[in-house]
Amino acid sequence: MSTSPNIARVARVVAAKDLRIEMRSRIVVQQVLPFAGLVMVMFAFALDNDDVLQRVAGGLVWLATLFSLFIVVQRSYAIETTDGALDALRVAGVDSQGIFLGKSAALFVQLITLELLLFVLAVVLYQVQLSLAGLVLLVTCVLCATAGLAFVGTLYGGLTAGTRGRETLLPLLLLPVVAPVVLSATRATESAFSSGGAVLADGWPWVGVLAVFAALFGIGGLLSFGALIEE
Amino acid sequence: MNSTAVRSVGTSSTRLFGALAIACMTWVVVGGLFFTPADLNQGESVRIMYVHVPSAWVAYLAFIVTGIASAMFMFGKKHSLGFDRVAGASAEVGLMFMAITLISGSLWGRLTWGTFWEWDPRLTTTAFLFVTYLGYMAVRGLGGSPQQRARRSAVVAMLAVLEIPLVHFSVVMWRSLHQRASVLSTDGDIKMDGLMLTTLFVGVIGFTCTFAWLVSHRQRVMAMRDILLATQLDSALDERIAEGGRA
Amino acid sequence: MKDVGFISLVYIITFGSIIGLVAFTLTQGRRLSRQVPDKDKPWT
Repeated sequence: MSTSPNIARVARVVAAKDLRIEMRSRIVVQQVLPFAGLVMVMFAFALDNDDVLQRVAGGLVWLATLFSLFIVVQRSYAIETTDGALDALRVAGVDSQGIFLGKSAALFVQLITLELLLFVLAVVLYQVQLSLAGLVLLVTCVLCATAGLAFVGTLYGGLTAGTRGRETLLPLLLLPVVAPVVLSATRATESAFSSGGAVLADGWPWVGVLAVFAALFGIGGLLSFGALIEE
Repeated sequence: MNSTAVRSVGTSSTRLFGALAIACMTWVVVGGLFFTPADLNQGESVRIMYVHVPSAWVAYLAFIVTGIASAMFMFGKKHSLGFDRVAGASAEVGLMFMAITLISGSLWGRLTWGTFWEWDPRLTTTAFLFVTYLGYMAVRGLGGSPQQRARRSAVVAMLAVLEIPLVHFSVVMWRSLHQRASVLSTDGDIKMDGLMLTTLFVGVIGFTCTFAWLVSHRQRVMAMRDILLATQLDSALDERIAEGGRA
Repeated sequence: MKDVGFISLVYIITFGSIIGLVAFTLTQGRRLSRQVPDKDKPWT
């Protein structure tokens, strides 16, 4: 008879499903991206100082990403809990590790799109300057940071999915966990932008921290996701 | 309801911890406030250390106990709920000691550095520990059966064991960027004489015994609550079944 | 002499909350203990 589908295949199918749902509903594109853009504008209103904005642009991009993260993760699980879709997946015997990887991958794609917009806005609104070497650092930083955010978001989103108070509980759980990502990503981004005298070479250790974070929570998530969505 | 012969929740071991705790705490209060000398560098504010250092120690101990108990629940063959209760009780008690650590550390900082807060790694990590455990307690309150609660909280606790060192490490890296003329830690530069060291040591023992007493008792309270919940559920079910029989 | 104020505040908060939690735990324990039969208690 057929063996249960291997993890990679499950992951591909789940990721494709999530992304297809997004492409048809366009919630992230039509609602979350404008929200994030507006957050960037709000920062300009609140901080009201071009030099300050240019100096802290890195931090603002990652803050805007953070605020949007909650919404995108909630959305990722809202599509599962309506009609009990996630329960159906589990009951069908689909490997939970595959679900974890698949949802993380879809979340990763959505976050990358978001961050792309935010960095463009940073250049436009905050007059950030970016060199070629800085770009390499920035891209590596973004990839590692987003991987970490995607793993953590999928994990804690799965924990709070379908529970009462999830809109408030998810941020409370997620913020302490992503703090190292915000810290490291901002430092690396500032080095990439050379803001406030930050040196390019200083950014790479921070990217190391991001990579370690992503690896640890990727593995941790693979091991614990099954226990979390079990009932 | 049932009248029971045994009213108290204590046993001989908890009473031993309790007595030791009371003795040590008395020493700390009397010694810390009156008999120990003021520090050469910090002056009187060192007296806060007799309370701050032991409570910081217990806060981290509670964090470790919750982590280990959660792991023993998850990976033990029987998935014994007793471990889950210890994890929960340790987190509750730990929260209180984390708050004490933060408040005493902040007030000590105000006296010695002039500011209520510094972004030094230990204080910052304790703050994150505090918030993480607030989240853990919120997850425990999500409802569902004791098994569901136990499984969810165990995962959160074990992920926290992963997260807290990461937070600490990244804050250490962060603060090393800002070179300060004098690198101040929450301990300060204390040259302690014999009585001061002894009082500190007694404080650590006393706080730890208090922690052990509190966790044992709270764990038993939680056990009784779960039993009552189960019996209430059983009797409600019995009533419904009886109703069905009568109708 | 703001030292005295701060130091007393710390000691009061610390031991006050510890005693408070101990008292609360004891009363809650006694109250529940009355309702749960002895044979069900794991420590008796």
